[in-house]
Amino acid sequence: MKRKFKLEDLDCANCAAKMEEAIKKIDGVNDANVSFLAQKMTIDGQDEKFDEIMKEVVKVCAKVEPDCRILL
Amino acid sequence: MNKKQKKMLVRIIIAFVLFAGLLVCGHMGLLESIEHTWILFVVYLIPYLVIGYDIIFKAARNISHGQVFDENFLMMIATFGAFGVREYSEAVAVMLFYQVGELFQSYAVGKSRQSISDMMDICPEYANIEVDGLLTRVDPDDVEIGSIIVIKPGERIPLDGVVVEGESLIDTAALTGESVPRRASKGDEIISGCVNGSGTLKVRVSKEFEDSTVAKILELVENAGSKKAKVENFITKFAKYYTPVVTISAVALAFVPPLILGGSFGEWIQRACIFLVISCPCALVISVPLGFFGGIGASSKLGILVKGSNYLEAVAEMTTIVFDKTGTLTKGEFKVQEILPEGCGREELLEMAALGEGYSNHPIAASIREAYGKNINMNRVGQAEEIAGEGIRILVDGREVLLGNEKLMTNKGIAYIPCESAGTVVYGACEERYMGAIVISDTIKEGAKKAIQSMKQVGVKKCVMLTGDRQQAARAVAREIGIDQVHAELLPGDKVTKVEELLKEQQGKEKLAFVGDGINDAPVLTRADIGIAMGSMGSDAAIEAADVVLMDDDVGKIAAVVKIARKTLRIVKQNIIFALSVKALVLLLGAFGLANMWEAVFADVGVSVIAILNAMRALKIK
Repeated sequence: MKRKFKLEDLDCANCAAKMEEAIKKIDGVNDANVSFLAQKMTIDGQDEKFDEIMKEVVKVCAKVEPDCRILL
Repeated sequence: MNKKQKKMLVRIIIAFVLFAGLLVCGHMGLLESIEHTWILFVVYLIPYLVIGYDIIFKAARNISHGQVFDENFLMMIATFGAFGVREYSEAVAVMLFYQVGELFQSYAVGKSRQSISDMMDICPEYANIEVDGLLTRVDPDDVEIGSIIVIKPGERIPLDGVVVEGESLIDTAALTGESVPRRASKGDEIISGCVNGSGTLKVRVSKEFEDSTVAKILELVENAGSKKAKVENFITKFAKYYTPVVTISAVALAFVPPLILGGSFGEWIQRACIFLVISCPCALVISVPLGFFGGIGASSKLGILVKGSNYLEAVAEMTTIVFDKTGTLTKGEFKVQEILPEGCGREELLEMAALGEGYSNHPIAASIREAYGKNINMNRVGQAEEIAGEGIRILVDGREVLLGNEKLMTNKGIAYIPCESAGTVVYGACEERYMGAIVISDTIKEGAKKAIQSMKQVGVKKCVMLTGDRQQAARAVAREIGIDQVHAELLPGDKVTKVEELLKEQQGKEKLAFVGDGINDAPVLTRADIGIAMGSMGSDAAIEAADVVLMDDDVGKIAAVVKIARKTLRIVKQNIIFALSVKALVLLLGAFGLANMWEAVFADVGVSVIAILNAMRALKIK
């Protein structure tokens, strides 16, 4: 399943790259893309695990860039 | 400016006023009377905290999260270092300058993002549905196929459909870059994303929102960012190593020389701080993708969709371009080009042929009837016999008429004059007497010749045409529009083989593009370095298989994409070279104690801002 999320207050391009890398490492994520320019995040993950994945994504992002909020 | 930026601006102003006050006091000698340096330290700490408290807070928080090497941490270390060596005013100034740079950078990025997304603003927000005579606004997502929607003047068309009532002019500029509006009336198909002109339209929806043209295009544009160019990947990799290397060098610089050479730690720590300030690769990480994004934006303004920055990069290196003939360089419509009567009048020959072909629905027959232009009285036509692969024998006004190719003429023993013209030739004979020939061919698109010329002007070396047509027909088209190489009489499968052969001839970085109308040539589109398809206003197969889509099927725009791609790449390269050389220079000067904090901060945020402004030029390329 592929889903898109809007991001708020994503202020630095380097952080976006770091977030993307961290999300890709989460178990069950097939692919992820964090676009600094579009302020959007696309996550392609396994259907049955998606809720867990999202919890993990929020955690990881808070670690990398605490100012950035994911609009779920 | 958003709220956050405004708040930052206020903090900058307050800190600046306080700091300026301190500087004035310092010049007037008022601060010299303070005996204890710790008082001085506290006095300078006030503006420092006003401007930099969030940096210190973020640095501390990020360290607790295990994110050590980020800008905040580096700025904190650098300014603490300045405090440590009692350069109080420098510490405040550097932090102030850094925040001004950051603010400017965030403003510039926000602004450029805005202008790009404004341009991509083709997404409809609502659809009008008539319920019990009242119009209600609903989300386009909720409209089902077959519903009737009402589009008022000036509104954006929310869904693809067919007009059932009303007439209007439709502005397709957002999708095709075409400024002349298209007329739409009952029975016409209209596509989402366009803007309705002056009339109200009632439209029967033919596709759900997620399958509609506008949803497809938006998805393409949004995904464009995920296909990264080589330059972008290089920068990402570079950034990964750059920060740790500079930081480790800074540590080494702080401790190794004083231990070996003796001397004071203070001096070397200051130099190390300069390293830390420059260690963020932000200028590169932002400006390179921003440049590509701008280039893709500039192309879509012209109605050209580029599916990723890697393709934009490839287009810049394109030297060979291969065209499919029918539908790309020619219209795919057959027309009577020449009428060559022999011993009778033109009208007579044409009338005979039109009557003879009266029952056929072959495109060639249709083009003959169209050229004749008058009503055909089929009562004049009698018994007909089709001769496979040759033509037909038919009774017209009781006389035996033969219409067909050379084979038919030879087999029936007609003394015909072979015709050398390009195109499909239909020979005619009546009562065993040769009447003449009619030449039919595809019409060349207006502007095809100019398109080829403009491609040559922007540096495309070789233009090749592939077609299943006869040699003569193909050569004639090639001559007329200035194609360099022709491969005719190809079967559909041969096109892939030909393109592969041509790909082998490419040298080094040279790239090959294939331009097709998307029908039957999806494998070729994928095989070529760059597949360029005619969008035909929403032909799904073409849009999916290609890397670049010409929304209005105008081959003339290929030259424009090449120009945009080259300029974008130039801008990106300028940014990389500029940012790297300024950083390298300041690092070098810093190591020898020739650069100060100011220069270091400039090498960080100043360079970012300049690079962002430069990247934005990509959006303005025409």
